[in-house]
Amino acid sequence: MIEFHQVSKQFDHRTVVDQLTLNIAEGEFTVLIGTSGSGKSTTLKMINRLIEHDTGHIRFAGEEIRCFKPAEIRRRMGYAIQSIGLFPHWTVEQNIATVPSLLKWPRARIRERVTELLGLLNLDPELFRDRYPHQLSGGQQQRVGVARALAADPEVLLMDEPFGALDPVTRAALQLEIARIHELSKRTIVLVTHDIDEALSLADRIVLLDQGRVVQQGAPAAFLTDPVNDFVRDFVGRSDIGIKLLSLETVSRYARPGEMPQGELRGEPISAHLSLRAALSAFVSRRVDTLAVIDGQGQPAGVLHFADLLRREPA
Amino acid sequence: MTVKVTNRVLLTLLLLMLAAALGLPLLTDAPNRLVDGHGIALSALMRGKYVWLLLPFVVLVVQSFAPQRRRTQVLSAVSATVLLSCLTMLAGATATALSGGPDSFVRISFGGGFWLLFGLNCLAATDAIGRATISRPARIFFNLLVFVPVALLLVGGQLDQLSIMKEYVNRNDVFDAAVVRHLQIVVLTLLVSVALGLPMGLAAMRYQRLQRALFPVLNVIQTIPSLALFGLLIAPLAALATRFPWLAAHGVSGTGMTPAIIALVMYSLLPLARSTVAGLEQVPSGVIEAAHGMGLTGWQVFVRVEAPLALPVFLSGLRITAVQAVGLTVVAALIGAGGLGGIVFQGLLSGALDLVLLGVIPVVVLAVVVDSGFKLIVTYLQAKQHTTQQMSEQTSEQTRPA
Repeated sequence: MIEFHQVSKQFDHRTVVDQLTLNIAEGEFTVLIGTSGSGKSTTLKMINRLIEHDTGHIRFAGEEIRCFKPAEIRRRMGYAIQSIGLFPHWTVEQNIATVPSLLKWPRARIRERVTELLGLLNLDPELFRDRYPHQLSGGQQQRVGVARALAADPEVLLMDEPFGALDPVTRAALQLEIARIHELSKRTIVLVTHDIDEALSLADRIVLLDQGRVVQQGAPAAFLTDPVNDFVRDFVGRSDIGIKLLSLETVSRYARPGEMPQGELRGEPISAHLSLRAALSAFVSRRVDTLAVIDGQGQPAGVLHFADLLRREPA
Repeated sequence: MTVKVTNRVLLTLLLLMLAAALGLPLLTDAPNRLVDGHGIALSALMRGKYVWLLLPFVVLVVQSFAPQRRRTQVLSAVSATVLLSCLTMLAGATATALSGGPDSFVRISFGGGFWLLFGLNCLAATDAIGRATISRPARIFFNLLVFVPVALLLVGGQLDQLSIMKEYVNRNDVFDAAVVRHLQIVVLTLLVSVALGLPMGLAAMRYQRLQRALFPVLNVIQTIPSLALFGLLIAPLAALATRFPWLAAHGVSGTGMTPAIIALVMYSLLPLARSTVAGLEQVPSGVIEAAHGMGLTGWQVFVRVEAPLALPVFLSGLRITAVQAVGLTVVAALIGAGGLGGIVFQGLLSGALDLVLLGVIPVVVLAVVVDSGFKLIVTYLQAKQHTTQQMSEQTSEQTRPA
């Protein structure tokens, strides 16, 4: 979908992106991660030509992006940023309708789309449609920002630290939201963040950048099990790599399905959808070594033993 | 029971009013317009029904000790307005009683006491309105309402025997022409200023280097005294008119309206260019980035996002410019531009104070009306856009005295 080939960018003789080669597959959730100044934001903005690259080639849908007019390519890509950038003098509806109006969609279709998107982002359409941005909380504003980015059904969704300014609770809720949207639409998403937990929980593929170069890219688990060097190890956090590994797997894959709970297992059974990290927390806080597991319908789904956490392969 | 002052501002104003009423003459009585008259104290006039003048005053005194509720403020504002109107009515009635027949030269003028009482009452009313209302448009509306009774007295002919109105009757046509000319100069100045200042501001915004060069120059112009600038323009414009007769045919000359408008425009450029830049700079960068990122073209970003968000700040600059032009146009009369300044200077030269006032009062009224009008528009826009007004307040410090 998006290919970088030997792309470099300099600002005032300082190389920000250095010979970057990167392939973002269609339908993939790619997270660009790195410290401040690693070039991750610049890389993202080169995709929709907010920043023009100096050398190399960037292809979008097989074509060099310089062949497109900047405005045209941007309308085909959704764009959400940390400061949200809602237009303060427009209502929520007008904000979301920005790109559809630019594309001259008929009114009825725009209205319908706004209703649909507000619903998708858990905002009551009738309540929020006519509000102004200053009447919304930070989390609601960012939901509108994401809805606006999705409005014209873009081929790619670009997000530049979209949840950076939100409190942890709101951020977690919106992360779930965006994971669900990706699950539903299988849209290509490129997200920039400096938060490794956000990257681990959202990404199909993580690209770790440092000083404008790719240090490591691949599936989230690979960052934890096979870090290529100390920089990666430090970045993911040496001391809690194990915990993070557990957070990538769900209880359902490790529980022993046929087994019935023996005797009295203390406390409520745990949901099969929880991560192993949450299961570990339950083991420790309840001081037990076996937990009863139930599935989504509340039916028994086997037992999880403490030792199961250490197994390499699922049951 | 202890008595506690709850509104120090009001009480101070009332004490000053008392001092003005007792210490200064309310009106002056002169045998003709050119000699100094002798004062008539308020106490001498407070006979018969005019004793009731004390009532609103007493009410105001009570209010400055009463608990400060909304009702208290409304009562204060009304009392101050009543007091203001009654004083004006008293002045008009006294003038009618003392001035004799139509052939009489006797002049009854406002004395220092009247002006002070008038001003202090305005302050009391404004203060009360400010405390009682939160919304800015409502505040402006109620402030204008305070002057409605006085305006009715004026229109109703109750004040016709006062000296200042006699001056008006004598110079009816001159006065009307002066008002029209004054407005002409102000409007033309604003049109030309916007046509020049707005592009200057936009250019300064785009090219930082230009901005660094432009603003010091405009700043220096602002520091030249207005009279000097008017004078400085006489020689070059006269020379131009002599050299190119077609320019002279189009009204360019060393004196008159053209140099006046040129000088006024030069004063207007700084506030206008600056407010254009300030308006554009306060548009959040995230908003502009999002607009570009969403595929608005550069022109669309400007027209749909930047311009509407910068407009309130720009209009605040225009407001300053307009009020400044109303004031400076008075001085422009000295180089033959006409306008209300002509009446002021005629009065000054002939020592007729009432003639001076006949020129000054409309200028003050005009300035207040222009100022309130722009404030209303800016408030309306900001309410509509739901933006704060911090920025527009910041640019207001550019006001310069005439």
